[in-house]
Amino acid sequence: MNKSEFPDPFENERESKGYGEMDDQNDPVTMLLRHKDVRKTAHNYKTFQSGAVPGRIVVPSEVSIRETRQIPFEVDPPVHGIYRGLVEPWFKRPLQPEYQEKLAEQITNIVEEVLQEDSVEVVTDFALKLQSRALTLLLNTPFSESETWISWGTHVFRSEGEALDGDKANILYDYIDAEIERASKNPTGDMYSILLDSEFEGRKLTKEEVKGVMVLTFAGGRDTVINAVTNAIAYLAEHPESLERLRKEPEITGKTVEEMIRYFSPLTQMGRVVTEDTFVCEHAAKADTRVSLCWASANRDAKVFENPNEIVMDRRINPHVGFGFSHHNCLGATHARQIMKILLQTLAEKVGSFKIFDCKENIEDLHHFKRKVGFHSINMKFNPLTK
Amino acid sequence: MAKITFITSDEETITLEGASGSVMALAVDNGVPGIDGDCGGVCSCATCHVHVAPEDMEKTGSASEIETDMLELDDNADEYSRLCCQIDITDAIDGVVLKVAK
Ligand code: HEM
Ligand code: FES
Repeated sequence: MNKSEFPDPFENERESKGYGEMDDQNDPVTMLLRHKDVRKTAHNYKTFQSGAVPGRIVVPSEVSIRETRQIPFEVDPPVHGIYRGLVEPWFKRPLQPEYQEKLAEQITNIVEEVLQEDSVEVVTDFALKLQSRALTLLLNTPFSESETWISWGTHVFRSEGEALDGDKANILYDYIDAEIERASKNPTGDMYSILLDSEFEGRKLTKEEVKGVMVLTFAGGRDTVINAVTNAIAYLAEHPESLERLRKEPEITGKTVEEMIRYFSPLTQMGRVVTEDTFVCEHAAKADTRVSLCWASANRDAKVFENPNEIVMDRRINPHVGFGFSHHNCLGATHARQIMKILLQTLAEKVGSFKIFDCKENIEDLHHFKRKVGFHSINMKFNPLTK
Repeated sequence: MAKITFITSDEETITLEGASGSVMALAVDNGVPGIDGDCGGVCSCATCHVHVAPEDMEKTGSASEIETDMLELDDNADEYSRLCCQIDITDAIDGVVLKVAK
């Protein structure tokens, strides 16, 4: 009964000193572990910047494998706000009823597919497919594109066991370059075309800027959604009473989604580069070093969350930072929340129970900390609900 | 039943009636611009920020600690700020005027 348990490796350090340290390719990171510090630091973009050398705020650092600046992620206010204003309406489309209907159809189809199988590897045969298909809605591209994205597998940016893999990332970059060329010759209503036609301070966005937005959209929404989906299913498999509760009290579904994002925290941390000598948690942080905002640790802070290590499905007050906080909070959250909400509704409606056969955990190696973030694979059977 | 008036950032006035649930849910269901309610009302998104008319503060009460913590970092927040997902609709708030922050 513990495959869906996600231990909190940060508790001791969080309570005793408030920060942890990790080495990363000779560019060490001071990890901020407390809810209050994470929020305060996320807000203070002047001292803790995102607009450093591209790739540096990511942990593990991507400095050696990419040059394209991801937009609006690696830009600071006030320019950040201009870019963000350009793309925000597009990322809010998941609030539209037609969008939700199409997403519900996709999710119903994939759930019905797996109900036919004797054994399903949920990461590849469910979560990756669902994530890729749903992304065609966000990008407003043909459904068939999802087949290409699925064929890349779960490791577009890293190969198994190794840190970062430049060759693998190139597949994505080449693909996006080609798509931008296509859209600039034959514009459609897809995200590439809309971006190429957007105005930034009196001129059109450049292809490099469009690429910066698109790379981020692919990268930011892939592993995070795959882990959220897979972990949610593992949890429901081990907690049939929770699945039953979603059936009986569908009105709590939205709260359950937020609680799952808090508990699973699919994105563990994100870095910032320090611009001036300062202190974090009474610990000196020198200019040009890195700190990280550890969302996963903040989300288990007992000062803010009662019973932080439990999933409380109807947690009423839940100021989690799973989608980040302040200026850079997650642009894909509207899409991700709809996916999760419709997924839980559909599972409650169609699945009676699950059986887990075996799994391989995905443990992030953060130097002193080892954090379970999801699964490399998990084989299960979905049993239909018989009324 | 309570009548609630929203003044949007475009100075549009929208008056709605509700009997139960949160003020955020009422606003979202009726498409009040500037209130998105992204997190569904669990106090994690701040997309439901309003400024209560000073004379109505007595009716709505002031912000809880969780709300002030959430708003503490918002330059646009003041002593009349509330996250309206945390205001329940009851007869007691009939007639309040809320200025949408965004
Ligand atoms: C459950 C799934 C997801 C989680 C947990 C998550 C988490 C986060 C977090 C914590 C941040 C803040 C990063 C920072 O402060 O530096 C962020 C930013 C961002 N996310 Fe997500 N994300 C998810 C899904 C998505 C999806 C589906 C997309 C798009 C397809 C996406 C696109 C973005 C973008 C564009 C930003 C940068 C926003 C900015 O800099 O203004 N995310 N995400
Ligand atoms: S709706 Fe998210 S904080 Fe009120």
